[in-house]
Amino acid sequence: MSNWIDRNIKWVFTMPAVIFVGLMMVMPVGYTFWLSFHDWNMSNITPPLWVALQNYLDLFHDELFIKSLKLMFYFTIVAVAVETVLGVGLAVLMNQNIVGKGLVKTLFLLPMVATPVAVGLIWVLIYEPNIGIANVFLEKLGLPGQEWLTSQNLVMPSLIFIDVWEWTPMIALIVLAGLVSLPKDPYEAAMIDGANTWQSFSKITLPLLKPTLYSAVLLRMIDALKTFDIIYATTQGGPGTSSQTINIYGYVLGFQYFKIGQASALLMIFFIIVLSISIFTILLRNRAGVNL
Amino acid sequence: MRNSFVGFKKAAGYLALAVGISSALAGCSGGSDTSTGSKSSDKTEKKVQEIRVVAANHPWTESIKKELPEFEKETGIKVKIDSYFEDQLTQKTSVEFASNSKGIDVVMFRPLQDGKMYQQSGYFADMTDYVTKDKDYTADFIPSSLGSVKEGDKFYGLPLVTETQVLYYRKDLLEKAGIEVPKTLEELEKAAKKLNDPDNGVSGFVSRGKRAAAVTQFSSYLYAFGGDFMKDGKSTITSPEALEAFNYYGNMLNKYGPKGTLNMSWPEAMAVFTQGKAAFYTDASSLFTNATDASKSQVADKVGFAPFPAGPNGAKPYNVTSWALGVGANSEKKDAAWEFIKWAESKEMVLKLQADGNPGARISVWNSPEGIAKFPKDLAEAIAANGGDKGVPYDRPVIVNVGAARDVIGDVILAGIEGKDVKAAAEKADGEFQKILDSEKK
Repeated sequence: MSNWIDRNIKWVFTMPAVIFVGLMMVMPVGYTFWLSFHDWNMSNITPPLWVALQNYLDLFHDELFIKSLKLMFYFTIVAVAVETVLGVGLAVLMNQNIVGKGLVKTLFLLPMVATPVAVGLIWVLIYEPNIGIANVFLEKLGLPGQEWLTSQNLVMPSLIFIDVWEWTPMIALIVLAGLVSLPKDPYEAAMIDGANTWQSFSKITLPLLKPTLYSAVLLRMIDALKTFDIIYATTQGGPGTSSQTINIYGYVLGFQYFKIGQASALLMIFFIIVLSISIFTILLRNRAGVNL
Repeated sequence: MRNSFVGFKKAAGYLALAVGISSALAGCSGGSDTSTGSKSSDKTEKKVQEIRVVAANHPWTESIKKELPEFEKETGIKVKIDSYFEDQLTQKTSVEFASNSKGIDVVMFRPLQDGKMYQQSGYFADMTDYVTKDKDYTADFIPSSLGSVKEGDKFYGLPLVTETQVLYYRKDLLEKAGIEVPKTLEELEKAAKKLNDPDNGVSGFVSRGKRAAAVTQFSSYLYAFGGDFMKDGKSTITSPEALEAFNYYGNMLNKYGPKGTLNMSWPEAMAVFTQGKAAFYTDASSLFTNATDASKSQVADKVGFAPFPAGPNGAKPYNVTSWALGVGANSEKKDAAWEFIKWAESKEMVLKLQADGNPGARISVWNSPEGIAKFPKDLAEAIAANGGDKGVPYDRPVIVNVGAARDVIGDVILAGIEGKDVKAAAEKADGEFQKILDSEKK
C-alpha cells in the first residue's frame, strides 16, 4: 500500500484538487450545458425535453436578452473605466508622503469588506427619494432632488456610482502596490533631463505600471460583468427592466419564470462571453510584452 | 485574489450543506419509524416526531407560532417553522420540491400565484382523503375560497388567509378638508387631487408601483372599469376598458403619488402611508394591522377603511384566498402534517387567529361577533361589502407562469405611472402576454 502511494505520489497529492475542481466546477457547468438543450420547468412530472438549440435561438430573438447584454456591457465598461482612472489617481496621491497614510489605507478597505447586500441596502436608504441623504444633500446645494433608483434614465448611473464607490479602492490598492515596487532610477534620470511631473507620470509611471494595471483591470472587469448582489439588493432589475443585466435576467428566467432550460442557455452564453474576454485580455497582455 | 476567496466560501458552503443534508437524512429516517405514531397517541413511549412547515413572513405565521406549544403538547408532534419572504418562499420551495426533497411536510403557498404550477409539477400530495374523511369538514369554508385549492374534485390544499382590496384613508385629513369618503373612482381622484400637498410632504394617493407587485392591486381598478386580464385564453389587456384602467391608475400615481413609486411594493407603500405621508392608499385588507398598530404606524388612530370605490362598471374588487396550506408530495409524515393542518384550520384556531387580525376562510367565524371583534368596524364593513357576488375571485391572471405574466402586465402599469404612451405599452405587452398564454395551451 505505502509502496503504491510512493510510486504515485504526484497523483495522490493532486487528487483532492482534481476532485474538488471536478465536483465544484466541471460538473455544474456540464449540467448547465446539458440543461441548456432542454425545455424544463423543474417539474417532477414532466422530465426535461430535448429541444436542441431552440433555447439559444429564442434568446437571440428575445429583446430583453439583448437589452440585458447591452446593460451588462454598459455597466462594466463605464464602471471599470471610471474606477481605473480614479484608482490610479488615488494611488499616485497615496504614494506621496502624506500624513495618516496608514489610516487612509484602512479606510479604503472598508467598502470592500462590507457584504454587497448590506452595501446595497444602505445605498437604497441613501438614494431614497423622500428622506434619503443624497437628495437632502442636493437640496442643501439648492438643486432639485432626483429619483435615483426609480427613474429609468438615472438608475444605471446610480448603480455604477455604487460600484465605483465600492471597488475604486481595490484598483487603488493594487496600483499602489505596483507603484511602491517601481525602480527609482528612471525618475532621477528624467529629473536631470528636465521632465516635469506630468511627463514623468505619463512616460515613466504609466508604462512601468502596465502589468499591474492589466491584472487590476482584468480582475475588476470579470467581477463587474458578474455583478449581481448590488443590483438585486437595490432594484431587482427595476424600474421595469431598466437595470436588468444579464445576471439578473438569468435569475428571473430561472427562479421566477422557472424556464430552467432557457436560463441555462443564457448562462452558457454568459460563460462564453466572460471566458472570451478573459482570454482576449490575456492575449493582449502577452502581445504587449508584459510578463507577470 | 478575490476569486479564490469566493471559491473558498463556496467550498465552505457546500461542506455546510453536506453536513446539513446528512443530518436532515438522519432526521427523516428517525421520523419514518414513527410515521404512524399520531394515530396511536395512547402509546406513551413513542418517539417525538418533528414536522417542518415552510411558511411566509406573514402576520399569520407570527400568530400561529404563539399557539404551537399547545399543539405540541396535545399531539406530541414537534413543529419547526421556517419562514421566508414571499418570492423567496416560492423559489425555496420550488427548488426543494424539484429536487425531490422529503424535507417539506407542510407548505404555505399562494394558490393564485403558485398553486397551478405546483399542482402540475406534482409538488403537492393529494389531500382529498384527509379533507373528505370528515364529511362536513369543508362545509364551513367559503366556497369560492375552496375553489382555489382544488383540481377538479381533488384537494391539494386548504385556504388559510383571505383578502380583498380596500381603501385606506386618513380620517383627519378628510375631515379637515371637508371631504366625504370617496365612493367612486371619480370621487377618489378629486379627493386625492385636493389633498395632494407635496410641499408639506403629503401625497394625495399611494399604491404599489413596482412592476409585478402592482398587478394584483391594479386588478380591482381593471375590473371596476369593466376590463379583465384575459378571456377564453385570449389576452384582453388592450381593450378600451383596460386601457382606461391603466391610464387611471398610472395617472393617480403620476400626479398625486409620492416620489419613487416605481420601486414600491406593499412594505414601501405602506410605510409612506403609515408615516402620514399620504391621504389615500389602496391595498389588501389583510395588511391592516400594519396601519392600525401604534407600534408600526404613526397614524394608527387616524386610519379609516372603506370598500373599494366603484368604477364605471360598478364596484368589482378582488376577493381571494391569498394563502393556503398544503402537504409536500414527498413528505414521509403526511399524517402528522395533516394533524397540524387540521388543528391550524380548526374553527377554534381560525377564530383565535382571526381575532389577532388574520382574515380566515371560515363562514362561521366571519359570522360570529368575536371573529370580527378585533377588526376595525369600518374595515369589517368594507370586507363584507366587497364580498358576495361582487368580489372577483382572482387578482392576477390564473395561469401556470404567473410570474412572467405579471412582469409583462406590470410594464404597462409602469408606462402609465411614468406618463408614457399606455396604448403602445399595452399593445407590446399584449403580444408577449398572448405568447405566454399560447405556450400553456400545448
